[in-house]
Amino acid sequence: MEEEQIYVLADDTRAVVFETRGVTKVYHMGEVDVHALRGVDLQLYQGEFVVLLGPSGSGKSTLLNILGGLDTPSSGEVHYRDHDLSAASERELTEYRRHHVGFIFQFYNLIPSLTARENVALVTEISQDPMTPEDALAMVDLADRMDHFPSQLSGGQQQRVAVARAVAKRPEVLLCDEPTGALDITTGIKVLEALERVNRELGTTTAVITHNAAIAAMANRVIHIADGRIARIDTNADRKQPGELEW
Amino acid sequence: MRAINLKLLRDLWHTKGQALAIVMIIASGVALCVTQLAALETLRHARASFYTGQRFAQVFANCVRAPAHTVQDIRSIPGVDVVEARVTLEVMLDMPQLREPATGRLVSIPDGQRPALNDLDLRKGRLPEPGASGEVVVIEMFAKANGYQLGDTVDAVINGRRKSLRMVGFALSPEFVYSIPAGELMPDDRRYAVMWMNQTELAAAYDMVGAYNDVTLTLLPGASEREVIARLDDILRPYGGLGAYARKDQVSDWFLNNEFAQLETFGVFIPLIFIGVAAFLLHVVLSRVIATQRDQVAALKAFGYSNLQVGLHFAQLVGVIILLGGIVGTLLGWWLGGLLVGIYGDYYHFPTLVFRMPPWVPVSAVAITAIAGYAGTFGAVRRAAALPPAEAMRPEAPPTYRATIVERIGLQRWLAQPTRMILRNLERKPFKSALTVVGLALAVSILVMGTAFMDVFLHVIDVQSNVMHREHLTVTLSYPRSRAALHELESIPGVVYAEPTRAVPATLRFRHRHRRVAIQGIPADARLSRVLNTELEPIPMPPQGILLSRVLGDALEIRAGDELTVEVLEGARPVRQIGVVALVDDFMGVTAYMDLTALNQLMQEGDVISGANLLTDGKDERAINDELRKRPMVGAVASKAAIIGNLRKVIEENLMVSLSFNIGFAVIIAFGVIYNAARVSLSERARELASLRVLGLTRGEISYILLGELAILTIAAVPLGFLLGDIVVGVMLTTLNSEVMRFPKVISDTTYALAASAVIVSATISGLLVRRRLDTLDLVEVLKSRE
Repeated sequence: MEEEQIYVLADDTRAVVFETRGVTKVYHMGEVDVHALRGVDLQLYQGEFVVLLGPSGSGKSTLLNILGGLDTPSSGEVHYRDHDLSAASERELTEYRRHHVGFIFQFYNLIPSLTARENVALVTEISQDPMTPEDALAMVDLADRMDHFPSQLSGGQQQRVAVARAVAKRPEVLLCDEPTGALDITTGIKVLEALERVNRELGTTTAVITHNAAIAAMANRVIHIADGRIARIDTNADRKQPGELEW
Repeated sequence: MRAINLKLLRDLWHTKGQALAIVMIIASGVALCVTQLAALETLRHARASFYTGQRFAQVFANCVRAPAHTVQDIRSIPGVDVVEARVTLEVMLDMPQLREPATGRLVSIPDGQRPALNDLDLRKGRLPEPGASGEVVVIEMFAKANGYQLGDTVDAVINGRRKSLRMVGFALSPEFVYSIPAGELMPDDRRYAVMWMNQTELAAAYDMVGAYNDVTLTLLPGASEREVIARLDDILRPYGGLGAYARKDQVSDWFLNNEFAQLETFGVFIPLIFIGVAAFLLHVVLSRVIATQRDQVAALKAFGYSNLQVGLHFAQLVGVIILLGGIVGTLLGWWLGGLLVGIYGDYYHFPTLVFRMPPWVPVSAVAITAIAGYAGTFGAVRRAAALPPAEAMRPEAPPTYRATIVERIGLQRWLAQPTRMILRNLERKPFKSALTVVGLALAVSILVMGTAFMDVFLHVIDVQSNVMHREHLTVTLSYPRSRAALHELESIPGVVYAEPTRAVPATLRFRHRHRRVAIQGIPADARLSRVLNTELEPIPMPPQGILLSRVLGDALEIRAGDELTVEVLEGARPVRQIGVVALVDDFMGVTAYMDLTALNQLMQEGDVISGANLLTDGKDERAINDELRKRPMVGAVASKAAIIGNLRKVIEENLMVSLSFNIGFAVIIAFGVIYNAARVSLSERARELASLRVLGLTRGEISYILLGELAILTIAAVPLGFLLGDIVVGVMLTTLNSEVMRFPKVISDTTYALAASAVIVSATISGLLVRRRLDTLDLVEVLKSRE
């Protein structure tokens, strides 16, 4: 806890969880170079709910992957609290993901051969202070579907299993890549409600990628990304509840 | 159970068809290996305990007639432990129930007692009573083969006199585990008897009172076998010593050693092919599993599973398949090994043949499989472990295709779009396509190999009976006689032509190497029994000099043009330097050949023969046999029809079993390879093929795209398989070649045709199985999900 004090900048600011400086990322896809990020400077604060908004190909997934330790920047610095992610080794990144980060993907990435409960157990078994899979699934309102296989669940249910799987380890940050991208509005809202609840009850810093502008209304801050750069950051004085969203 | 291990088991279940195919192939390889090696171990153990238990001698020698007092000299040779001097002789048996001539070997035992060496394992009955007349113990398999009971009699011609022998006991002996009539290569229990008789009686009947013609002995620990053999030769030389030899040159033991070496080859070589194929299939299947699970790998890593854990996870998948294959293979091998030992029991006569499976046999078979399996999958596992998580998140980049060489050279307008897809797919993954072709080719080659052995054996039989040995009967005289004997044989009614033979025992020396052989005298104008080269053309006998079997030349490290020392062990025992004219690629045995006249000149004996080959009119061989048996000068008669018939029987009973194993296992390989290739292609391309269906292509058209590719690979594999089969057969035959027998490489067109058809049929069936899955392809589902 003492180390976190370093990042308290002023009385009215919360602790900084992520800080990036000049982050770029270039992919070599076959014979072409793709510039996914062209210099990103960003701070994310403890306990906030951030939406990263941008069209597809804007670089938001790349940014999220870098924040989550799935990828490393081509240049620039990335800090998670006192960890320098840009200089971290493969082993350190694995440790970082294992203990601090929860991921939610657009296509759920559930293991099809494991039930809902087992998919969550896959994570709790390697975590230090996890919830039980049952508690995590109850949190996303799936207590009655624990022994179903992914193929027996609807898309929304699958994504809520993924949410349970991500939060079961009590991560400090929750990174969501288009969590409602493959869902209709009703089921999408249920997933967003689950995310909001986790953010509120556990105080988990949550970053959601989307190209759906409607979701932005439930965020503390909205970060607009275009062409590999941060275009603008809005702050919502008045956050909407997921149930109030429409798209 | 941990969730990740549950995933492992369910993944395994999901790919059960393919996993099962691989498990079966591994099981086949392990089973073959375990069967053969455990059977070999069983035989080796049975032999060792039999030899020890019955005090099998270590040095053997024969002579014409040595006085009994020389036994004391032999006992005093430094290093000699126990000495047993005996009388032995080959006799003709009169067995009216047999069409073919039968022979026997009489061996003396101390009156009414068990011998000190080469003890009998009395299975039934008793030893001859001291002073009783005509009582013998006979070797058990002869009694069994002919249905004799204790108390039955058989007539033998001893020294020209017929004597009725009463069987009072049945026994086994370490000296005759493999009991073969002199000059033959296969045991024939019906026509060959070993009989033990009281010393006093046998010596009296064979004019050997106060003398012996056969001595065996054991050595004290640390004694020099070489030294003892040299001293023994010195003692027996004045009495017509035929050269002492060590246990490894004793006929039964020599055959056993040759057979064991062959079993070892079969037990190691063929399983290696199976294990190689299994490793290749594991590679194919695991690569595919990992490719389809890119997103899962990404998820695991995103949650904090380390590279090592992900790698281990997939390594465990391989481990489970190998272990399952190992267990199934070991159990199968246990069962088959028991059967095989049962079959061996008919050929190798050990008192107890209890199947043994030492733990090292299955453990090393599975260990070798594991090494090969992990070598095959190491790359795939490492790629999965090293897959960067962010990259694994993205679907695989669309593969780069390009126009194929066929199209680039301007043939594209002849090719329909689906055909172009097939060709481009093949050309895009040349390595994978090549591996599939190699896997299929291995299946073809195993089939070729399996059936080629039949071709080889039938060819050997054909050459032996129709080309090399055109005689019907072979007569061995009791002792060498003048050529007049030939005319007597030729005058027997039914004999059309008689050709003289002369066999002279001799030691051949070249530098520090030596070998005891029989020099065969071949008449210059031989028509019946001839020496042939590999092209089956008769080799003309040079008027001077000697020809050697190539194996004999190699054993002596001698070449054509060198001179060797011939020490004759008979008659005047001349010692001469004789030039080696050529090394001959003959099929069987270790032989030296000389022109009959030159051999007789060497022997300083004039025109002498020791036997004859007879051509008969083919009408009544039995009557000729009876005539021959009446003549005291005839020592033994062998009928070619009987020998060939026995050979065929042995091959049919023995070889057919292992052949059907091989063929069954090869079909498993072919099926496994093709089924796996088809399933992998289907899973890789299900999306693409479903899209084509959505675009309006028929089931038949998409089947063509998928199965057409497999058809091309199968067709490409056939000639390669022929080539591989050819090489494998060559290598196998080289390793199987022994001093007993050399095998020419003969592969019939039928064999090739059979191998090709079996693989094509397997391919078609696998294709149809996959085609059924294509027909039920769920278009909507396939397009919706990412895989």
